[in-house]
Amino acid sequence: MGDWQFFALLLSNGILIGLMYSLIALGFVLVYKATDAINFAQGEFVMIAGFVVVGFLISYGAPLWLSLVAALLAMIAFGFGLERAMLRKLIGRPIIAVVMATIGLAAVLRGLGPLLWGADTKPLVLPIGDEPILLEPLFIPPIQLVGATVSLLFLGLFGWFFLKSRKGIAMRAVADSQQVAMAMGINVERYFALAWAMTGVVSALGGVIWGNMLGVDVHLSLVGLKVFPVVILGGLDSIPGAIVGGLIVGVVENVAAGYIDPFVGGGTKDFAPYVVMIIALMVRPYGIFGKQIIERV
Amino acid sequence: MSALLEIRDVSKTFGGVQAVTRLSLDVEPGAILSVIGPNGAGKTTLLNMISGFYHPDGGRIALEGEDITRVSPSHVARRGVARTFQNIALFKGMTVLDNLMLGRHVRMRSGVLASFVYWRLAQKEEVAHRKRVEDIIDFLRITHLRRVPTGALPYGLQKRVELGRALSLDPKILLLDEPMGGCNHEEKEDMARFILDVNEEWGATVILIEHDMGVVMDISDRVVVLDMGQKIAEGTPDEVRGDSDVIKAYLGESKAPGNGGVRG
Repeated sequence: MGDWQFFALLLSNGILIGLMYSLIALGFVLVYKATDAINFAQGEFVMIAGFVVVGFLISYGAPLWLSLVAALLAMIAFGFGLERAMLRKLIGRPIIAVVMATIGLAAVLRGLGPLLWGADTKPLVLPIGDEPILLEPLFIPPIQLVGATVSLLFLGLFGWFFLKSRKGIAMRAVADSQQVAMAMGINVERYFALAWAMTGVVSALGGVIWGNMLGVDVHLSLVGLKVFPVVILGGLDSIPGAIVGGLIVGVVENVAAGYIDPFVGGGTKDFAPYVVMIIALMVRPYGIFGKQIIERV
Repeated sequence: MSALLEIRDVSKTFGGVQAVTRLSLDVEPGAILSVIGPNGAGKTTLLNMISGFYHPDGGRIALEGEDITRVSPSHVARRGVARTFQNIALFKGMTVLDNLMLGRHVRMRSGVLASFVYWRLAQKEEVAHRKRVEDIIDFLRITHLRRVPTGALPYGLQKRVELGRALSLDPKILLLDEPMGGCNHEEKEDMARFILDVNEEWGATVILIEHDMGVVMDISDRVVVLDMGQKIAEGTPDEVRGDSDVIKAYLGESKAPGNGGVRG
């Protein structure tokens, strides 16, 4: 295989993986956009969704479609419940209170997942085969194609929602100023709940896709770590930013791993995105598409 | 008959500071009522209590006979109390149109799913509300600015858009917190005329906080004077102008009100 073919392979893989990161990052962005809350438990949301799917599939022997629906509903309910039980009480508190609360939540969820569903890695099988699609010189695992397509679809859907739909515009108003939104008769708390529920939807999809690729156990939550370079690069509150950030992270880690791993024996994937993130922070602290006034965390 | 808005003995303290003390006030339907007083007199606190952002420590506020003392801001707004803010509080990234459409938001019924799928019903509803918003835009003479993000507008126009956004709620009562603050002479005249028109043509009752005495005396039906959280005078502009307490507390010792500030 020639040099450019190898590069093209790394690139195509990076793009597809990157879009799947974008999907997870979208969950983070939705909440930040609407409520100004920084959710450090995004990866754990994805993990819990994965657990719910395999729980239904394996423990209850439910059909796949039912398991998927169950995960969607469970994650929506989880988002709603979380907003009501925990985050509503933190409205108006310093941002650090929310940050610490979600970090705590992440730890609880990482404990709760294995406790409820067992610590062993469970397969999440989807009926899409794992024979890679060959498109010389590329070969593409079908799940990546499905994952990237679903990601794009939902990124587009939510992008449209915020830009054009009435509820989306109201949600932007809430994000802009809770006080003024209230003065316009907008029920702010309801929009907060809606944002968390939408994050639940995105996390459920992410849980299915990433659960299929990595298997479901506590380590599934680690995909959440990729969210930070993505949103820092793209901007915490920007949906196009999540796409671009995801693509950068996916491509960087794949290309870096492809060229550097043979010399260092692996692990490049995990730190390369962070190197890029740190450089980006020094150049554009508010991300590529983010609004310029952004709280430093 | 009872007043449109009835404020009875409301008080509010902030950590030992008595912002408003046992204030009572009746606002008759159709009036333009101005609240004046030195900085820190409690004017904005009063407005915030009416619109539900603060709940009074004691006393009672009633809108059309119904108690709204402890009602949340969004519900006060739904009952027909709209407001503008002392510092312009537009949604800056959004267009003029979107800002105004937000005011119609509470009157639209179709839910989240419908707005995702965009049912024909939702669309029909949207058109009706859009019509109302266009009327307001015409009225404020900002037709050409519809699609401009509000952050890009000059200050005076932003104030005007903020008035429009409040109007889009179809308010019974319009609370205006220094609508002319920071405006130049011409912008003030425009704003004064809009306020009068809103009151006369659209029938909105107006409660106004304003520092420009000329404007206040010109357009108000009644004037209430606050000092140190207490009402020290209330009456027609002429009555207030001649009130010795007002002259002493608010306008300084020797300078008579009506000479310096008032325009003809």
